[in-house]
Amino acid sequence: MASKSDFAYAEQRRDTDHESFLSHKRMRWLKVSVAICLIVIVSYFLVDVEPRHNGGTWYGYTLGTIGAGLIIWLSILGIRKRNISEGRWSLKAWTSAHVYLGLALIVIGTMHTGFQLGWNVHTLAWALMMLVIISGIYGISVYAALPRALSTNKREMTRAQMVEALAAIDRQLETAAQPLDRKESDAVIAALDQDVFRAGFLARLTGKYPRCATKRALRAFPDGSINKAEEKVSSLLNRRTSQLGQIRRHMRYKALLEVWLFIHIPATIALIAALIAHIVSVFYYW
Amino acid sequence: MPDKYRVAIVGSGPAGLSAAAHAAAQGLSHILIEKTDHLSDTIFKYQKGKHVMATPSNLVLRSDLDFDAGKREFILDTWDRQIEEHKVNVRLNAEVTAITGETGNFTIEMKGGDTIQAEAVVMAIGTQGNPNKLRTPGADMPHIQYQLDDPGEYFDEHITVVGSGDAGIENALGLAADPKQNNTVSILNRRAEFARAKAANVALLEEAERDGRINVCRETNPLEVREKEIVLETRDGQVTIPCDRIIARTGSQPPRGFVEGCGIEFTSEERSAFPKLTPSFETTKNGIHVIGALAGYPLIKHCMNQGYDVIEFLMGNDELKPADEPILAEKFAALPGNRSVDEWLEVFRNNIVILRELSPLQMRELMLDSDVAAFDEGDVIFVRNDPGSSMFAIAEGSVLVEVNPDDPSVTVPIGEGSIFGEVGLISGRRRGSTIRAAETTVTMELSRNAALKLLATAPSANRAVNRITIERQLLQMFGSGLTPDDVSELVEAAELVQVPAGKNVIDEGADDKDIFVIQQGSMIVEKNIGGNPIFLSYLPAGSYFGEMAVIDGSKRTATVKAAIKSEVVRFPGDAFMRLLDRNPKLRERALTDMASRRKVNAFVEERKESFSSAVDMYSSTAKFLVDNGLGEATDVLLIDESLCVGCDNCEKACADSHEGLSRLDREAGRTYAHLHVPTSCRHCEHPHCMADCPPNAIKRGPDGEVFIDETCIGCGNCQRNCPYGVIRMDPKPPKKPSLLSWLFFGAGPGPGEASYDWRKKTAEKKGLEQAKLAIKCDMCAGIDGGPACVRACPTGAAIRVAPEKFLTFTKLAEDVD
Ligand SMILES: Cc1cc2nc3c(=O)[nH]c(=O)nc-3n(C[C@H](O)[C@H](O)[C@H](O)COP(=O)(O)OP(=O)(O)OC[C@H]3O[C@@H](n4cnc5c(N)ncnc54)[C@H](O)[C@@H]3O)c2cc1C
Ligand code: HEM
Ligand code: SF4
Ligand code: SF4
Ligand code: SF4
Repeated sequence: MASKSDFAYAEQRRDTDHESFLSHKRMRWLKVSVAICLIVIVSYFLVDVEPRHNGGTWYGYTLGTIGAGLIIWLSILGIRKRNISEGRWSLKAWTSAHVYLGLALIVIGTMHTGFQLGWNVHTLAWALMMLVIISGIYGISVYAALPRALSTNKREMTRAQMVEALAAIDRQLETAAQPLDRKESDAVIAALDQDVFRAGFLARLTGKYPRCATKRALRAFPDGSINKAEEKVSSLLNRRTSQLGQIRRHMRYKALLEVWLFIHIPATIALIAALIAHIVSVFYYW
Repeated sequence: MPDKYRVAIVGSGPAGLSAAAHAAAQGLSHILIEKTDHLSDTIFKYQKGKHVMATPSNLVLRSDLDFDAGKREFILDTWDRQIEEHKVNVRLNAEVTAITGETGNFTIEMKGGDTIQAEAVVMAIGTQGNPNKLRTPGADMPHIQYQLDDPGEYFDEHITVVGSGDAGIENALGLAADPKQNNTVSILNRRAEFARAKAANVALLEEAERDGRINVCRETNPLEVREKEIVLETRDGQVTIPCDRIIARTGSQPPRGFVEGCGIEFTSEERSAFPKLTPSFETTKNGIHVIGALAGYPLIKHCMNQGYDVIEFLMGNDELKPADEPILAEKFAALPGNRSVDEWLEVFRNNIVILRELSPLQMRELMLDSDVAAFDEGDVIFVRNDPGSSMFAIAEGSVLVEVNPDDPSVTVPIGEGSIFGEVGLISGRRRGSTIRAAETTVTMELSRNAALKLLATAPSANRAVNRITIERQLLQMFGSGLTPDDVSELVEAAELVQVPAGKNVIDEGADDKDIFVIQQGSMIVEKNIGGNPIFLSYLPAGSYFGEMAVIDGSKRTATVKAAIKSEVVRFPGDAFMRLLDRNPKLRERALTDMASRRKVNAFVEERKESFSSAVDMYSSTAKFLVDNGLGEATDVLLIDESLCVGCDNCEKACADSHEGLSRLDREAGRTYAHLHVPTSCRHCEHPHCMADCPPNAIKRGPDGEVFIDETCIGCGNCQRNCPYGVIRMDPKPPKKPSLLSWLFFGAGPGPGEASYDWRKKTAEKKGLEQAKLAIKCDMCAGIDGGPACVRACPTGAAIRVAPEKFLTFTKLAEDVD
């Protein structure tokens, strides 16, 4: 059977560039963004509006419209990311443009205000925008810094395998702890009973677990003065500690990679609400 | 009981049952003999509740028994009831051990010594065979079993598993999985390594051993089985351990030996060969017929139809047309000339050289798995660089091969009766040239599976295809200007060599002078620098190597070894030199090729001096990737973990583009130097998964993707055969509410694969069919925009690559961020 498939097309659809979102297409969107910022800054000083720069001049309206449009487009990333429709789009390209154009908003939005800030809904919108942007900057910094650490810590294990490895150590601990005396076995039981995944928000983010029952249990088996059974339990507890360490580091990196989205997204929603209030009030009080 | 039956039917699978039911309905004196204590053992052994499929759907069922897609239990119950209603004469618990005598007077011997006399025999024993039995003293004790249906059934026992393959390991893991069962499980392996099992299974076993859940006895043999004990022979002498149950999983013996013992010939020595049969299923031993899976028809519907047909033939109905007649008629309807099915079959068989040896029955079967087409003069049959793994044969007319991609007017003819497209079949690579019809032409396109079966059953076809392949590959590789005459000396001297994975074909420093062409598989080129083997390059199928030493008379400058199990053609160097001498243009080509290879090698070597660590990293990364299946991949998903934030959007996108199930497990899989090979299909050149699929549901698509079509019956063979564990078996989930209704109203489970519970509950609520089918990556074939995993990755971590492009120094040493 003759097939119409075209080799070049097949190659193109399969072949993907090995390039990060920050350097996508040789930083195309960084260039665009820098150009926009330069134009805005230069024109800000060249254009002479009466009585002075603010949101209400024709120049301010222009920047305001561009800025609001950009904000809406930037928010749509959340939908693009989840709507896996057909077509030649790439989320990497979207993210790349999102980051660089989002940064350009600092210039566009601020120049739009003409530096006329105060305690009102207009400045609230600006502040929320800055909050979203700052959280975004944090976001790309962790996106750039943490993946390697996440990968190294995994040591080729999936999350499920880490949990299973812990469960395996626990089963051995349970058996090994049988010959121990009451006080020691209580310490071991306390360690086993502690739910590893019920960690507080702070513990998760810092990776510090001051109330870790496994560490406490280890103190019941000081080096030197212990018999064979105790030695076995103590070595198992050490293995448990290191396995816990891996799981906790994993949870920490994941939390750091996600936590900022809990500001970025709600603040985006608040921003859109404030933006609508800002626009409505501007036209209402015209 | 009459002293002689008209027909004895051996084996009560769907084939034997249907034969017996028809014999009973026709009032023919008969007996159905079954080894086990129930009917249809193969289906009996399916997983409980399995949804049995009734494919091919366009084939009518011709049987006195009912059969339609449905639950295993329902089907078995129906048959049990109908066999009783038809008053079929069944004998259970009777394993046939020998069949002797002549047509009209056979003696059928059964285990225990009983015999039965019959005029004719229908053998329908399937292909499951008999499990290998233990041969130690005490091997007949009742606590030895050869199968394990439900590992959750056993409690508080000492269980010994014998056998180190996947089946044994999986059984041992199952028995030890739940500590509450409190079993003490030991597994015996004759050797030190578990070489026959999948790496994933071995890893699980080793983990269980470390945790103390399973006692793994290496280099250990069972010596004697006793009540509650087993005596083992270990490296350190004899050991006796407590043992309440023995599960022996040491493989099974295919039924071929028994069948041949009855005087029946097979089509060839190949493992995949079937008995030689006439159109009425009679074997070379007159009076004995073979039907069903043993005859090469593994689908239940085929089996049942043949059961009916064979009884008709025995009763002298020669007019009976096979049930697949309408399917063939539909195939041939598109061809000009208004010939009948039988006439067309004869045209194909007589005109196409490699088919002449086939019996009419084999011809029919081959045709069912093939396509036929007619072309007018100038029509394109396929285009250069099309993916394709099928082979074409010319029944009428002739074609032209465009040998020069830059000039379509340069062509070479291929005449009636010959074949083309065989390179795709043999190497799994894309089409080498465009082919057009030279006149009105009728072709037959043999699917990969059909073609491989043909080569395995017809030795002369195999030889012919090999010769043609070698000749054409040479012509294609060395470009235009050469004629078959030019290369005939090389073709004559060619020798096909099988190379196991990891074996050297060329050793650095040796001074042999052969040159090689890779026909199947791939090679890696290594050079010893400073005491370490350094990876220089990767050679896919269709490349040649070894020319350097031949052309400049030097010693071998690098080692070439098989990345995976491969097939190379060896040519004597002097014949190659003579070819170069006769063809100055070819000589020039070869020298240019050689120079560019030298340059790559020199580049890597030079780097080694100045950037030693970069080269070591490149070399070890390349080896890691080859070890993880890139050597046989055509397209593979890699994840650069220096970019991946673990958002799993790739998996979600996969699920959302494919009926709600992800075909990729991002977390699982091996990682080296932050390069991660997730559990996802590599689209192998020669996919292992295709080997054993009863409905031939696994195919290669137009973009080179290996995919499973809707005829899958959920048998799970492909899942077992894929060495990379990328196939999952799951029912198609119910449809989710739309993205927007999730976003605004929280309806449904949201983007990505829904949880197992949600899928199960919703499907039950909606009363959907829950048949487990095989699913795997199809490279998003037919989806505009290409693979969703890559499109949906926000950071650029997920990339799809072709190995020959990725396994290069520039790609592997590049830094992305
Ligand atoms: C897991 C699995 C799922 C499958 N799912 C499907 C599906 O959904 N749809 C489909 O169409 N096909 C399916 N198949 C394929 C199909 O089940 C088999 O190809 C079919 O059962 C073959 O039928 P048969 O009658 O030739 O032989 P079998 O069904 O194998 O029956 C042979 C019988 O002969 C008996 N026997 C063997 N040796 C002797 C002897 N020496 N003396 C006496 N009796 C003997 C055996 O005990 C057995 O009962 C599946 C196969 C498997 C393994
Ligand atoms: C006002 C400006 C911005 C708005 C309204 C906005 C809005 C959003 C939204 C809605 C998402 C989708 C989150 C999700 O659904 O998971 C998102 C993601 C993201 N944003 Fe912004 N953003 C803005 C500016 C920025 C800036 C300036 C940066 C970086 C410097 C940034 C970096 C990111 C990143 C890295 C993601 C995550 C992409 C992913 O993982 O899929 N954003 N943003
Ligand atoms: S499913 Fe497995 S065997 Fe089949 S092509 Fe994919 S990786 Fe290869
Ligand atoms: S695709 Fe796999 S599960 Fe489906 S029928 Fe083929 S081998 Fe069996
Ligand atoms: S989508 Fe990209 S970043 Fe997210 S998990 Fe997959 S590979 Fe990693």
